[in-house]
Amino acid sequence: MPKQPPYIRRRNFNEVALGYTEEMAVEEASRCLDCKKPLCVDGCPVEINIPGFIREIARNNFAEAIKVLKEKNCLPAVCGRVCPQEEQCEIRCILGKKGEPVAVGRLERFAAEWQALQSEMVMPVIKEKTGKKVAVIGSGPAGITVAGDLILAGHDVTMFEALHEPGGVLTYGIPEFRLPGKVVNREINYLCKLGVKLVCNYVVGKTKSLKKMLDEYDAVFLGTGAGLPWFMEIPGENLNGVYSANEYLTRVNLMRGFMYPKTYTPVIRHKRVAVVGGGNVAMDCARTAMRLGAEEVYIVYRRSQTELPARLEEFENAEEEGVIFHFLTLPEKLIGDENGWLQEIECSKMELGEPDQSGRRRPIRIDGSEFRMKMDACIVAIGNSPNPIIPSTTKELEVSKKGTIVVDESTNKTSMDRVWAGGDIVTGAATVILAMGAGRKAARAMQEYLMKSQ
Amino acid sequence: MFEIIERKMIVPNLHLLVVHAPDIVDEIQPGQFVIIHAGEGSERIPLSAADWNHEDGTLTIVFMEVGTSTGKLAMLKPGDFIPTVVGPLGKPTEIENFGTVVCIGGCFGIASIFPTVKALKEKGNTVITIVEGRSKNLLYWEKKLADYSDKLINITRDGSYGYKGHVNKAEDIIRETGIKPDRIIANGCMTLSYKTTQEYSHYNVPVMVMLNTIMIDGTGMCGVCRCTVDGRMRFACVDGPEFDGRLVDWEELAKRRKQYVGEEAFLVHHSGCGGI
Ligand SMILES: Cc1cc2nc3c(=O)[nH]c(=O)nc-3n(C[C@H](O)[C@H](O)[C@H](O)COP(=O)(O)OP(=O)(O)OC[C@H]3O[C@@H](n4cnc5c(N)ncnc54)[C@H](O)[C@@H]3O)c2cc1C
Ligand SMILES: Cc1cc2nc3c(=O)[nH]c(=O)nc-3n(C[C@H](O)[C@H](O)[C@H](O)COP(=O)(O)OP(=O)(O)OC[C@H]3O[C@@H](n4cnc5c(N)ncnc54)[C@H](O)[C@@H]3O)c2cc1C
Ligand code: SF4
Ligand code: FES
Repeated sequence: MPKQPPYIRRRNFNEVALGYTEEMAVEEASRCLDCKKPLCVDGCPVEINIPGFIREIARNNFAEAIKVLKEKNCLPAVCGRVCPQEEQCEIRCILGKKGEPVAVGRLERFAAEWQALQSEMVMPVIKEKTGKKVAVIGSGPAGITVAGDLILAGHDVTMFEALHEPGGVLTYGIPEFRLPGKVVNREINYLCKLGVKLVCNYVVGKTKSLKKMLDEYDAVFLGTGAGLPWFMEIPGENLNGVYSANEYLTRVNLMRGFMYPKTYTPVIRHKRVAVVGGGNVAMDCARTAMRLGAEEVYIVYRRSQTELPARLEEFENAEEEGVIFHFLTLPEKLIGDENGWLQEIECSKMELGEPDQSGRRRPIRIDGSEFRMKMDACIVAIGNSPNPIIPSTTKELEVSKKGTIVVDESTNKTSMDRVWAGGDIVTGAATVILAMGAGRKAARAMQEYLMKSQ
Repeated sequence: MFEIIERKMIVPNLHLLVVHAPDIVDEIQPGQFVIIHAGEGSERIPLSAADWNHEDGTLTIVFMEVGTSTGKLAMLKPGDFIPTVVGPLGKPTEIENFGTVVCIGGCFGIASIFPTVKALKEKGNTVITIVEGRSKNLLYWEKKLADYSDKLINITRDGSYGYKGHVNKAEDIIRETGIKPDRIIANGCMTLSYKTTQEYSHYNVPVMVMLNTIMIDGTGMCGVCRCTVDGRMRFACVDGPEFDGRLVDWEELAKRRKQYVGEEAFLVHHSGCGGI
């Protein structure tokens, strides 16, 4: 798939991937063997009929292709861009045994983009109104899925969002160059056209308690995602120039800081930036810093490249754009000047020991290996705890020690009557597609409950 | 969308804003704040609730015009709409029968301390309210505060009204009158919070001050509002904004507050205490 060349894209916020042309898509789709027992489908958390939609693309039936996709996945334009296909469907593709697997994600993205360009939008059939009222809390992928499924079932659906724009991480976290805001807006607008009412600036648990919501709604879904960012608990983390990944990305994405000073939320254009962590979030921060004009951007990760949790594609993109990787390196101390601005970070070198609980080899500090790097910004991208607002204001809701909401595995029902939950708030940080899968499961159980109850 | 009911300048550079926000008013308690975002391109800024009316669902805020976002708010007219007023956020001020409570307000804090003064009085406390400003023309809401205070003390830097001095002056007055405070609560700029902490720590009672940190989401998601209290990292938007000033790392806080001073072309108005 064509991409913007690294030396150009590293300084702009336009989408990196340019997408297939129709000819390219048909050609790629024609490689698919249409296996009798397609292994790729086993790898897909929502069991998309992969050979089915690819077959339609190969036959130039793009409208059919999108129909097949949408049977299982309501956000193909998003998933085609951000799903880790290389560990889900593509890794299992039979063609991958000898050569390149079929580019499932790129074809998915193609079909979704093709549909977006059509002037006529085919609206699905909405079931007869049931008169039942559903509240969806949080407008990330989990909430979007539940809202989409239940509006089609004929219920009256309202989606509440704490921030001033909907989309959850898709809007405030994942940067424009990987998932353009217009793609997310399109999906939200589609939901609104179907009749979903969207209420932004509404923090359930603060603006209104969950209990009071239950007086007004027959069923409630909680898809509130991540909460407080973790820090490393090392000296100097409150120095100026030290950010959580959430803060950095929120300033740039949600608050449109990439257009500052045309917009008002300030974003400082740091010159030497270290990002701590090795996931997608860390890659996004590093690549964002690069686009804001940094001279040198480092990823500091305590394990080796083999353990890097980020998607391979994003790691490669980052590397091509000039991000420098310091593997087996652990920050120990952040050092500032007299005005409280970050100047240097002190790190230790690590080596890998025995595997730990996660099955990955545990990094061990090499004594006496400390070294310092001059930095004027450090972005901490080591994860978040689950969003605490609703649990902390709703005693009846059972939560785990980690702060995630406890649900029944087969229905995603919480300990509270008429309340379901799914997505990162249940699993901890995961993926878009898993959040959507959880939303779908919950929606099915909610639908069953709503149709049974009077 | 939230309708603006009223907006007027009450003293130089301080504006009163009344906005229709019935759901927030239903739940709000003293010491809490809202985040306002005046539209595409604006910042999200935290502003404290100064008063509210359950009957018509209106929320009153008093803000100082210091920069771009507050500047935008200062141009609103009745009938205008703003897209974002979200809240109530933060932990409410603890309201108990403590005995004697000294409530201190400066700048916008003269207004935001009002709900606390009222609630404490209604709980049966003896409430000593102290308001301070640079000059007489910067004080406001005297009657409103006096109605719920056992004693209202005015202090001006230039001596044009009440006592002459700063918050430390009030400490002299309190000592002279033999009042023994069981709790001290202060609202206003950082300078006021810091000075209050310094002057009142010797009473060995909690000195609860509002920390005026930079915020974005106000829901604990971004971490920009972090500060060190009692040696621990706390987030002002969810763990505060009120903390016992005796436990706050003030030096760090002051430095963090200046993060964007160089970035933003802002106007400094010396209308209050001179601090930001
Ligand atoms: C920078 C970054 C990059 C990522 N990259 C990828 C990727 O490439 N591929 C991938 O698959 N996954 C990726 N992820 C992970 C993925 O985005 C998340 O797993 C997914 O968004 C979780 O969806 P969710 O619906 O559970 O919650 P979220 O997307 O977190 O949405 C929750 C929403 O609920 C709102 N909310 C919270 N509390 C309340 C309340 N009390 N009242 C009202 N609203 C509330 C929040 O404001 C938020 O908008 C990435 C995550 C980040 C942060
Ligand atoms: C919990 C809380 C409650 C508050 N309540 C009130 C209130 O009731 N009335 C009131 O007038 N003010 C209040 N403030 C302060 C108010 O939020 C800031 O004055 C406002 O954000 C400045 O925005 P601006 O765009 O107009 O100024 P800017 O152009 O952003 O900046 C002007 C100056 O203010 C500093 N600044 C920037 N952002 C903030 C910020 N979020 N907080 C503090 N300083 C900042 C800048 O460094 C600069 O020096 C409160 C702050 C907090 C944290
Ligand atoms: S495994 Fe590969 S070749 Fe087989 S159906 Fe799936 S994508 Fe096509
Ligand atoms: S303002 Fe973002 S965590 Fe407090």
